[in-house]
Amino acid sequence: MKWDEFFVTGDPLIYGADVSIVLTMVGILFYLTRYKKWKWLWTEWLTTVDHKKLGIMYIVSAVLMLFRGGVDALLMRTQLAVPDAKFLDSQHYNEIFTTHGTIMIIFMAMPFLIGLINVVVPLQIGARDVAYPYLNAVSFWTFFIGAMLFNISFVIGGSPSAGWTSYMPLASNELSPGPGQNYYLWGLQIAGIGTLLTGINFLVTILKMRAPGMTLFRMPMFTWSSLVTMVIIIFAFPILTVALALMSFDRLFGSHFFTLQGEGMDMLWANLFWLWGHPEVYIVILPAFGMFSEIISTFSRKTLFGYKAMIWSMLLIAGYSFLVWVHHFFTMGSGAAVNSVFSITTMAIGIPTGVKIFNWLFTMYRGKIQFTTPMLWSLGFIVNFVVGGVTGVMLAMAAADYQYHNTYFLVSHFHYVLIAGTVFACFAGLIYWYPKMFGYKLNERIGKWVFWLFTIGFNVCFMPQYFLGLDGMPRRVYTYSEESGWGPLNMVSTIGGFMMGIAFLVLVYNMYYSFRFAKRETTGDAWDGRTLEWSTPSAMPPFYNFAKIPEITGLDHFWRQKQAGKVEKLTAKDIKKIHMPSNSGVPFIMGSFFFVLGFGFVFDWIWMAILGGIGVIGTLIYRSFEYDDGYYVSEEEVIETEKISK
Amino acid sequence: MQRLKPFLTIGLLMAVFMLSGCSDMVVLDPKGPVGEQQKDLIMYSIWFMLFILLVVYALTAFIVYKYRDRKNHKGYDPDNEGSHLLETIWWIIPIIIVVALSIPTVKTIYSLEGPPAETKDQKPLVIHATSVDWKWVFTYPEQDIETVNYLHIPEDRPVLFKLTSADSMASFWVPQLGGQKYAMAGMETELYLQADEQGTYEGRNSNFTGEGFTDHTFDVMAMSDEEFEKWASETKADAPELTKEQYDKLMLPGHVKEMTFSSTHLGFVNHADQADYALKARERLGYEPLIPHSKAAKEKREEEKKKKQEQQEESESHGDSHAH
Repeated sequence: MKWDEFFVTGDPLIYGADVSIVLTMVGILFYLTRYKKWKWLWTEWLTTVDHKKLGIMYIVSAVLMLFRGGVDALLMRTQLAVPDAKFLDSQHYNEIFTTHGTIMIIFMAMPFLIGLINVVVPLQIGARDVAYPYLNAVSFWTFFIGAMLFNISFVIGGSPSAGWTSYMPLASNELSPGPGQNYYLWGLQIAGIGTLLTGINFLVTILKMRAPGMTLFRMPMFTWSSLVTMVIIIFAFPILTVALALMSFDRLFGSHFFTLQGEGMDMLWANLFWLWGHPEVYIVILPAFGMFSEIISTFSRKTLFGYKAMIWSMLLIAGYSFLVWVHHFFTMGSGAAVNSVFSITTMAIGIPTGVKIFNWLFTMYRGKIQFTTPMLWSLGFIVNFVVGGVTGVMLAMAAADYQYHNTYFLVSHFHYVLIAGTVFACFAGLIYWYPKMFGYKLNERIGKWVFWLFTIGFNVCFMPQYFLGLDGMPRRVYTYSEESGWGPLNMVSTIGGFMMGIAFLVLVYNMYYSFRFAKRETTGDAWDGRTLEWSTPSAMPPFYNFAKIPEITGLDHFWRQKQAGKVEKLTAKDIKKIHMPSNSGVPFIMGSFFFVLGFGFVFDWIWMAILGGIGVIGTLIYRSFEYDDGYYVSEEEVIETEKISK
Repeated sequence: MQRLKPFLTIGLLMAVFMLSGCSDMVVLDPKGPVGEQQKDLIMYSIWFMLFILLVVYALTAFIVYKYRDRKNHKGYDPDNEGSHLLETIWWIIPIIIVVALSIPTVKTIYSLEGPPAETKDQKPLVIHATSVDWKWVFTYPEQDIETVNYLHIPEDRPVLFKLTSADSMASFWVPQLGGQKYAMAGMETELYLQADEQGTYEGRNSNFTGEGFTDHTFDVMAMSDEEFEKWASETKADAPELTKEQYDKLMLPGHVKEMTFSSTHLGFVNHADQADYALKARERLGYEPLIPHSKAAKEKREEEKKKKQEQQEESESHGDSHAH
């Protein structure tokens, strides 16, 4: 690596990106200095261990990544709009689809959901924070640093270009030389540590920190879905960690796990990748299911239909998610018996999923349906997700999959489940819990515009792709000939893509508009909700969440209290001092050292990696000698915060 | 109800579109028994899927319309929390559907492992298909000939493809003849295909293999048995022999035009046994992979761009002269 090749050069798009990055940085630095916000940034955000603030930081990062991944998508759609387009060359296109896929799954979908889980789950179970608040901050910073490391690749050294699946031997040194693929390995590796820690943290939180009386079968469905997701994370992410480590060994230290030389086995990578990768798609869909359950129940003013069936179907899906990975490569030639077994297990996942769809429908049955924006997204989810679901079953039929595999049919299918499932849920959840995070609702009228623009754009973009797939258009081609006849449908698809882009901009405008003009909430119960997060007296819960931990008597405890007119009112007698964890700057510093470590490995500068590694270990040692057991919030302070009259 | 109309319209349009546009799409316009079986399976499943969509959409429309919040709202029951009968029904129906789909799926999976039933008795023609970034080398061991980037096959006779790769994992796919299978270095996979109609079919690698992936294609010409035999013996007699030097040059990443040889590469190497042959050949030829954003790589890309443009201009001017 020569120094004059350190920065990516030669493309006007890249120069534009360079300029905008520098301008943004200067702008932020200026703002922080001009308005003396440095201290505020450090004490309120960078050192926080508050699950609500960490959640908000996750969501803000995820929205930024949605923007980045979305720009990638629109660049691709522009290139594909007409045959033989010259907008992007092959290498550039390959880098863009690789970063699009990786960013959307790892750095957008997961952090968005984990962010909402962070904000909501402790509140839903009546806890004051997560089980390990400090670890939660470590999770966030490793995710954030992983994302940043991955993102700088396009201005420094060049982005990975072997696809988000990074199949070997394509991703090996011999076929993909340079730092690009290393960015993938280390960005994911560092962020993966954070995800695994989140898995452990929230598993313990949900199992151990529920309010008294909240048995497992009295937990809200979103908490249930989070619990199941965390179990999947704990089993799936170590596989990714190992697979990435092995590929890193191959690329940095000359081992031969997956390479062409030395009897390496490229099929092993594909197996390991999807052994993690398939559960991963359930990691991003189950919390979405949970959110839709909450939202549909709330706005139908009705108890969730088939609560237990919902839980059992989710557990079944979680189990199945580990038994279907071979369907990602039916075409590898594993033989008729293997393909038959995995065809059937994959189709079987459709059974519990179908049950869930009917349970959602019957939650609305005999309800009183209000068409708020979160509810619209939920209805949009049911209608569109089913299309993704049934095409998923079609793809599961191995003999037919030989024709769908690697085509736009597949591309369309997974966008129908990931967008209509996960992205719709992220939007629905964001809007639903927005008042809990910021104290006001997003504007409903603008929100409905976003919904219709996005949903119509989404269908216009992806519906044609099913037909392109059946017409033999393979995925990941950077252009196609006019004779292929794929031009018109691609143009339609591109138009839909830009509609979704516009919808995103309107959503961002809505955030600004609502920040300026929305009526501030005066109670904690913005939507006439059912679960505990709505039971806090103030719109945004105080940092300790609950002045007094509630006692739970059944499912939808808060809703039933309201129905019976027996919502507890706190008096000064109920207030006791509250134990809370202290803020810490160590997770942020540890994250910075992780960045040094990752960056060193990316460029094969081992000295730098070692330096970073020493830093990481140093912060671990420092932490283990830190005897900070947190602090107490005095009764007076709680009484004052809660505005309780004596 | 008003609010749901666009969805229903989309669903309906999709159904109409699917049924009317079927025959134009290559996957649904097969020219051989393998593709035919797959098409049948696909169409069989599409009917089930349309039925499921119909049920879900009808139910959604009905419930959302009937139980929307309005004046004189009827039938509100906030504690209606489940029904054993209903839930049993929607556990059982999907199970039945999965069984109904599984049986033909498994049958077809097994049937595709061997030659098509109607030509079972014929000896299949064996062709080795080897993927090298970004070209296809086709070897006819019985005819002792080799082609690059094009295939000739006899019609109405099963062809057994033995697939492997010299480098990246590729996927051998001729949509109109049937579904694909991976070609992997150090591994041999088998795929039966058969053409029932004469004609030229497009084939390609459908698995992403890097920069030249988009043009990693080939043509398949299906012809009568006599024509095929004639072509094979003429090739054996007239085409040049494939030398090891020449074959090693093919191992370099890049595209080449169609080529024909009167001998095969199987004497030098079988990539199914020797996964690192291509890498070693590249080393012998002094080839070094370029980091995509290095100066050298950029210069090379510019050069290729120019070359491509010149070629295009050339072919365009040829077209003009023909028109005159």
